[in-house]
Amino acid sequence: MTATVTPAPGAAPGIAAAAPVIRRRLDRDDVLMRLGIALLIAWLAFTLALPLWSLLSKSFQDRDGAFVGLANYIEYFSTPALFASVFNSLEVAVLSTAIVLPLAFAYAYALTRTCMRWKGLFQALALIPILAPSLLPAISLIYLFGNQGILKELLLGGSIYGEGGIVLAQVFYCFPHALMILVAALSMADARLYEAAEVLGASRLRVFFTVTLPGAKYGVISAGFVIFTLVITDFGIAKVIGGRFNVLATDIYKQVIGQQNFEMGAVVGMVLLVPAIVAFAADRIIQRRQTALLSARAVPLDPKPAPPRDWGMFAFCGVVGGLIFGVLAMSFWASLITRWPYNLSLTLNNYAFGNFDTNGWETYWNSLTLSAWTAGVGTVVIFVGAYLLEKSRGFPVGRAIAQFMAMLPMAVPGLVLGLSYIFFFNARWNPFGFLYATLAIMVLNSITHFYTVCHLTATTALKQMDPEFEAVSASLKVSLLRTMARVTVPVCLPAIFDVSIYLFVNAMTTVSAVIFLYSTDTKLASVTIVNMDESGFTAAAAAMAMTIVFTSAAVKVAHLLITRKLEGTTQAWRRR
Amino acid sequence: MTQDKSTPYLRIERLTKQFGTFTALKDISLEIFPGEFICFLGPSGCGKTTLLRAIAGLDIQTSGRIFQGGRDISALPSSQRDFGIVFQSYALFPNLTVAANVGYGLVSRGLPRVEIETRVNDLLRLVGLPDSGPKYPAQLSGGQQQRIAVARALALSPGLLLLDEPLSALDARVRAHLRVELRRLHQRLGVTTIMVTHDQEEALTMADRIVVMNHGVIEQMGSPTEVYRKPASAFVADFVGTTNFLPAVVAGPDHVRLGEINLACELSVNIGPGQDVTLAIRPEDVVVRNISPTTPNTFEARVAEIEFLGSFCRVGLAINGGDPALLADFSINAVRDLSITEGKVMPVALPPDRLRVFVRPPQAP
Repeated sequence: MTATVTPAPGAAPGIAAAAPVIRRRLDRDDVLMRLGIALLIAWLAFTLALPLWSLLSKSFQDRDGAFVGLANYIEYFSTPALFASVFNSLEVAVLSTAIVLPLAFAYAYALTRTCMRWKGLFQALALIPILAPSLLPAISLIYLFGNQGILKELLLGGSIYGEGGIVLAQVFYCFPHALMILVAALSMADARLYEAAEVLGASRLRVFFTVTLPGAKYGVISAGFVIFTLVITDFGIAKVIGGRFNVLATDIYKQVIGQQNFEMGAVVGMVLLVPAIVAFAADRIIQRRQTALLSARAVPLDPKPAPPRDWGMFAFCGVVGGLIFGVLAMSFWASLITRWPYNLSLTLNNYAFGNFDTNGWETYWNSLTLSAWTAGVGTVVIFVGAYLLEKSRGFPVGRAIAQFMAMLPMAVPGLVLGLSYIFFFNARWNPFGFLYATLAIMVLNSITHFYTVCHLTATTALKQMDPEFEAVSASLKVSLLRTMARVTVPVCLPAIFDVSIYLFVNAMTTVSAVIFLYSTDTKLASVTIVNMDESGFTAAAAAMAMTIVFTSAAVKVAHLLITRKLEGTTQAWRRR
Repeated sequence: MTQDKSTPYLRIERLTKQFGTFTALKDISLEIFPGEFICFLGPSGCGKTTLLRAIAGLDIQTSGRIFQGGRDISALPSSQRDFGIVFQSYALFPNLTVAANVGYGLVSRGLPRVEIETRVNDLLRLVGLPDSGPKYPAQLSGGQQQRIAVARALALSPGLLLLDEPLSALDARVRAHLRVELRRLHQRLGVTTIMVTHDQEEALTMADRIVVMNHGVIEQMGSPTEVYRKPASAFVADFVGTTNFLPAVVAGPDHVRLGEINLACELSVNIGPGQDVTLAIRPEDVVVRNISPTTPNTFEARVAEIEFLGSFCRVGLAINGGDPALLADFSINAVRDLSITEGKVMPVALPPDRLRVFVRPPQAP
């Protein structure tokens, strides 16, 4: 028989505080990983931070490189012709966002929440524009509504060249980007919420506003920012169809290529950077508030047939999908026409690019080479980088810096990045100047331009892996490199493929990121479209755009087939 | 492996772990002897997993030292320590077969293939899954996956086996079965084992010694019987098993007053008369049979409610004419023999050697 007294808790914290702090000794893997992170920081500094710094400092210099403070900025903001572009850009971006968002939401709703027919077909159709350069819808619109357009009468004397044309083309171009985000957001739904609403007697409309919309809120916001950023940073559409309507992106091009005024180009670049960064930061802050809406116990929502809604949505998707197909088909048809609009007989002559551009098909092969290198090198750098940031321990400062720099490219317009590369690699002190005007500099530029999305894809895949794999490996005395090769990479293979395809297709279609960086030997297919359009060879431009579409589509289909095959062999373990 | 059973295999000295301003472990000291099966038991957030991860070198302590087999491992990374580990998620490599998972550590050792194959087969037989080698983890049940994880952890014959809530992801029936299996495996291999759990039943049935933790400190360390019979604090009494807590006042050197009732019990010297204390007794320790006038601590109680629980009844007793304040477990025999029904008033006794007196009431974990 004993009575016990509990010792007072926390009786001796003072003594413990005096004890020496233990620091974990580093093993080979730790050293390797820290070295890796240091290399990643160096890479991102070289391909992103330092070029941006060059751009910033250039905007404070005069033609001779002397520091002039805010003089360039003052000149910019006191020249109405330049300054007006800020409002033009914002206006176009807001208009396009306002049009695309409800369209894409309804389309995504039809794909995820109804029992509409032909969902697969509609989804595939809506995503095709992703495979095309942004120039393509602009070219199609010119054929449809331009001075010799087949539907010109529909404009009642108005002109497609200008703001209207830009917005229309942007809607086409941005639609699939918004759709992907919204489909993802609307796919996640908890059927129990809908059952509860139904049991409580809420009307369909009330359910939509109290359950559906709040559930997809963050997706809608994200899609809005993505459209806004895409529009404000896009160069190709405004170049082809903008006419005399100036926007920031075309201003940079005019200052740099047209007037060789690099300092003013740098200023416009900095101005363009502002809305992109603001949109990016706002999206990040809002997304951070998002908590997991879907608990592990959520019951997936299975839409039930409702003929009036389903057929209504079918009609809507039919119209939107039809328009997308029409725009795409217009370019294809135009590329096969002998002489628009006088001789409509079909020909393949427009694909003989040598007749329109001295480089001919060479530019296409350059594009393929660039895309292959971008996909190859980029995938390795980005995946290894994401792995290091996700799996390394300690070294918080290094990881925070690298993480920040990995997110930054999302906020930097391709045109601005390209311009900053001119300044950085042309600087007299830069020992890497020899890279200027080579294919390599465009590879670096493309990897950096598309870094963030790929980084996020890789990070998501890595996060889905059991965080204890590395701990188990350490306890079994197996090096991380070996575990990475035997487990991490095989398990993440689908995500790795996604990243490489994303890089390939984007490097194939981008104009803005490379327009400042090509030389006569390294000219790209997408740039040739701009040049041919400028020279009036619109049919050849359409042909080149279609060539890019077909290439991207072929790569995408090959990707699907390979993924399916992979699932049959190396991914057999996924099956139960 | 011959081990001196009297010198500790694992010694933890004044371990403290700080996460920012939050102290997860406060000045923990602990000795574990060779071949022991130790359970770290406590509610979530008590620091038991933090302590395990410090021992594994996964989350290193802020201060304090750890010695394993006489070697100071305080600052060593996981890869240089000697342990096998099984996580709650098992962390089996999904893309590798069961055999490749179990042999994962052996392959990097550069052992010949035949030797690895033999060892893997031995291990799979040891955990009772000799034919599962070519399967993938996803093709196995949760219980089977758990056993594969144990086999993998044992592959390099570690000196220390760490189990982080290894059974909590399984359903009750499988859990009860694997409890026995794990215990048998431990008895066969004799490897020093530490298991983290929040399930007191698991700790009571499996451990040689239980380390009960709360708020980053060790509340009590002892054999399952000690921890259950002689809880060192109201927290332990509350967390392990079911306990009645009754407010009482110290009345003399060896008795307390519970309302009108005088109860004999042993008090430690530093509790003086008039002090408020908490009296603790387990429901199964309340005596209802063979009570004579000389039985100490006997008083009248009224049966307020009876809950039938199959092999026994849990009875709510009202004392001092108030609401039911005392739970008592009576066997079905006793209920039948004494015809205990709701409303019956009868004498019950609280044996003095079963009464525990605590200065503090149990706080919420």
